[in-house]
Amino acid sequence: MRLPCPHCGSRPADEFTCYGAADPVRPAAGAPAQVWHDYVHIRPNPYGLHNELWQHVHGCRRWLVMTRDTRTHAVLGARDGGSRGGGAA
Amino acid sequence: MTRLAGCGLVDRAQPLSFRFDGNAYTGLAGDTLASALLANGVRLAGRSFKYHRPRGILSAGPEEPNALVELRRGARREPNIPATTVELFSGLEADSQNRWPSLRFDVMAVTGLLGPLFPAGFYYKTFMWPARFWERLYEPAIRRAAGLGRAAEAEDPDRYDRAHLYCDVLVIGSGAAGLAAALAAGRRGARVVLCESDWRLGGRLLADGGEIDGLPAADWAVAAEAELRAMPEVRMMPRTTVFGVYDHGTYGAVQRVSDHEPEPDANEPRQRYWRITAERGVLAAGAIERLVAFSGNDRPGVMLSGAVRQYLNRYAVTPGRRAIVVTAGDDGWRTVTALASHGIEVAAVVDRRAEMPERHAAAAASAGARVFAGGRIGGTLGGSSLFAADIVEASGERTRVAADLLAVAGGWNPTVQLTCHLGGKPVWSAAAEAFVPGALPPGMAVVGAARGSFGLGSALAEGARAGAEAAEATGFSGSAPAIPFALDAEGAPAPIWIDSGARKAFVDLQHDVTLEDIAIAHREGFRAVELLKRYTTHGMATDQGKTGGVLGMAAMAALTGMDMAETGTTVFRPPYTPVAIGALAGPNRGKDYRPRRRTPAQGWAEEQGAVMTEVGLWHRALWFPRPGEADWQATITREIGAIRTGAGVAEVSTLGKIELVGPDAGALLDFLYINTFSTLPVGRTRFGIMLREDGFAMDDGTTARLEQDRWILTTSTGHAGAVMEHMEYVHQMLRPELKVAFTSVSDRWAQFSVAGPNSRQVIAGVLDPGADLADAAFPHMACGVFTALGGVPARVFRISFSGERAYEIAVPAGFGEELVRRMMQTGAAFGLVPYGLESLGTMRVEKGHLGGGEINGQTTARDLGFARLMSSRKDYIGRALAQRPALIDPRRPALVGLRPVDRMATLRGGAHLLPEDAPVRIEHDQGHVTSVAYSPTLGHWIGLGLLEGGPSRHGEVVRAANPLEGFDDLVEIVPPCFLDPQGARLRG
Repeated sequence: MRLPCPHCGSRPADEFTCYGAADPVRPAAGAPAQVWHDYVHIRPNPYGLHNELWQHVHGCRRWLVMTRDTRTHAVLGARDGGSRGGGAA
Repeated sequence: MTRLAGCGLVDRAQPLSFRFDGNAYTGLAGDTLASALLANGVRLAGRSFKYHRPRGILSAGPEEPNALVELRRGARREPNIPATTVELFSGLEADSQNRWPSLRFDVMAVTGLLGPLFPAGFYYKTFMWPARFWERLYEPAIRRAAGLGRAAEAEDPDRYDRAHLYCDVLVIGSGAAGLAAALAAGRRGARVVLCESDWRLGGRLLADGGEIDGLPAADWAVAAEAELRAMPEVRMMPRTTVFGVYDHGTYGAVQRVSDHEPEPDANEPRQRYWRITAERGVLAAGAIERLVAFSGNDRPGVMLSGAVRQYLNRYAVTPGRRAIVVTAGDDGWRTVTALASHGIEVAAVVDRRAEMPERHAAAAASAGARVFAGGRIGGTLGGSSLFAADIVEASGERTRVAADLLAVAGGWNPTVQLTCHLGGKPVWSAAAEAFVPGALPPGMAVVGAARGSFGLGSALAEGARAGAEAAEATGFSGSAPAIPFALDAEGAPAPIWIDSGARKAFVDLQHDVTLEDIAIAHREGFRAVELLKRYTTHGMATDQGKTGGVLGMAAMAALTGMDMAETGTTVFRPPYTPVAIGALAGPNRGKDYRPRRRTPAQGWAEEQGAVMTEVGLWHRALWFPRPGEADWQATITREIGAIRTGAGVAEVSTLGKIELVGPDAGALLDFLYINTFSTLPVGRTRFGIMLREDGFAMDDGTTARLEQDRWILTTSTGHAGAVMEHMEYVHQMLRPELKVAFTSVSDRWAQFSVAGPNSRQVIAGVLDPGADLADAAFPHMACGVFTALGGVPARVFRISFSGERAYEIAVPAGFGEELVRRMMQTGAAFGLVPYGLESLGTMRVEKGHLGGGEINGQTTARDLGFARLMSSRKDYIGRALAQRPALIDPRRPALVGLRPVDRMATLRGGAHLLPEDAPVRIEHDQGHVTSVAYSPTLGHWIGLGLLEGGPSRHGEVVRAANPLEGFDDLVEIVPPCFLDPQGARLRG
């Protein structure tokens, strides 16, 4: 498997670590317990397109958001995770 | 000898001696073990898996189900190697498998007579009850009776290598289609890799003759190879099998670097595992001929018709003297012609068709063969070698024909395996009478016989087109000389041929699956091909059903009345052919299983005679024994005594060290840790705990503020990598607005912990003059940047793990060893001793500090006694979920100190804590012992544990029970800090 790092180009998957769903956004400090629970524990498991967090651990060490088709492993896009802006909603 | 004169691609000037089952034989360079055995008249090659039936050589390639051997002897012995793939070398030794006491006389062959006892599903039916008999009786007995070869019992003496390769176009297979594809891509300038399992390029061109470009086909292959070798961007990889296709153009291949030599050259690996990344792939893997299912189709002397041509034309060996050719279509007639042209008698041709093209009559006439149109084989005769076959004519009349070779032409299966590895399912093609590739892996094209285009002309044309397209797709679009044109041989593909109702008609020779077994599976409802496969083990042997797989599906189709398209096929997973585990492991085995990290002063510690232990990838000193010390306890008692009265030095370079720079470093630390760092003054150090977002403790450590905007954070050795990734996540994803940069400097600094009342003098002894370490200037938790050893930067932290006055001093890694040697010299006057992990760990238990047993992923900061550190004035990672009701329940297990009521008793880590009078049962469990140590300072064992409601139970006595090891002691609950809880000693 190969992944497109926006900084380093196409690299073997061994250089990356996957951390699962990228979409959950860290709630504000005072958010209700249920919101925090969902943020930490509830993850989508789609059959199809999935935004995933990967870190290019053995490369630029940037956290990346990749859009991967879980049916085919096709990677449709990758961008630097920092570009999604601050996490606190 | 059955060697033919005046033909073949073997080198008659290079005889090679070898042994099979201990007997000496001679073959030729260019032989496989199988062709050399045939040349010596050896036809019995092995015994079958279940029935121990005698088996010969069926094929001439990796599809071989029968002629599996143990290759080599001793530590290099390798089981289940198809003799048809073994390149002969001088001194080769091979043994047949699955026979006892000898191949010719096998006592287990009696199971052949007991066939009805071993029908499909017999594993599931026969040995069900009583269950305990399975392990003791059935399984060992079955394993003895049914089996393949024996693995070597000694460690593999060979080396294996792993390598990566990148190319524009990967061509798999070097027959007509593969060579055409490689030429077309290579001539356009693309970077081409051509992989071929065989040592010689050419595929079927070497077996089937014919003409390309006015040259004999085998000569054209030689010319094509020479042209490709001359291209600088083309890499030829013979003896290399592409065994798997993976995502995004990644291919796995194994190169048999040295398997054609008695043993590898000292500087060569035995095999090399390649990971090939290719923009485009061209699969030109050809096709594999399939068997015909008739009674006795496993008799030695039965051979695939295409293999017969290969032995005749490539190896100049005849597999028999008097042949019967059985053919389901036109292809078998090529074998009739080939046999006749080599002067081999063809006694009969049995053609499935009642009517056949006229031209075959002429071929039969010139071969002198009797033709049985619309006939079939009713049975074969012979023990360890065929001597006759019964031919059933269309009229039903049986004729016995003497023959020692039965050439079987049952049609061809495209080698679709690699097209399935990413989920593609082969589809039935009525035109090809075979399953052909369905959806292809992205970037892959399939050409020639592998996609069901069986003619030579089609192979060349499709290969040329795919090669050019692949080159164009990768940016090489120029024109190039055309690939030569050839005509396809006349004739249509042959259909699958099953003699329904035949007895002992094998559809899987290696696993001994017959048409009867398929019928049982049908009767019992295991009809879907995936169920059929698993119930009968059909297609599950090491050959993965390459010659018979489709026959079993066809047999099921005949029983269900569905057509082949509806019946479908099982799919294939990697590897295409078996791969040695050693090749996959590569160099990562034994002491090289994983890398080793050396600490900067490891050489010094080893020189001091330290006993070392593995901590992750590190090797760290456990303790430093001295002559006369009875055991390790004596050693650490001495070490700790010396530290608590004088001074000791331990290397702590393995701690994770992360340096942060920037005006917002403090803000980032505030967000990472439960406590506040931004208020830390320059020149001070603070202890902190960080949580995971789920509220559980992740790591602890100290962070020092060296300058206004420069901080150094330490992590525990084991969490260094995870903490760094966590910090990067938090900064990049959650707080990208913070102006801070940080990097791991763990390997940049050698760090030593110097502890004990005299530690200040030891540190002062290595610092350059002028450093003020007086308590007023450099109190407990101070930090500072000095120089040591004459100008070397030295960071000093006054932090204590031992409870004594202590300092940690860090210098650039390259100066670590010099620093510790200097300290040992100048420290001698102050009683300085080296100490290791055991003393470090013992002293931290004495002080109740946290270790891996306590920060175990299931404990909160509150559990560990740090509730007061948890700031309520800021947001931090884990804050919200740490407030969950269950995590702040006062009944949660929390940190306590433990000491045995009987001070002579030994405490055991892992023991469970229960009320004093409760029976030792899980429902009374209240916690467990996380760390123990014998405290030389206190003179008895002490421990830390997590106990329900622990902090409110000081003074109570509980049981510490370990039923597994038979320990059950009474322990007293005490505060976790056993020594100097006020900290008078560490302040000096």
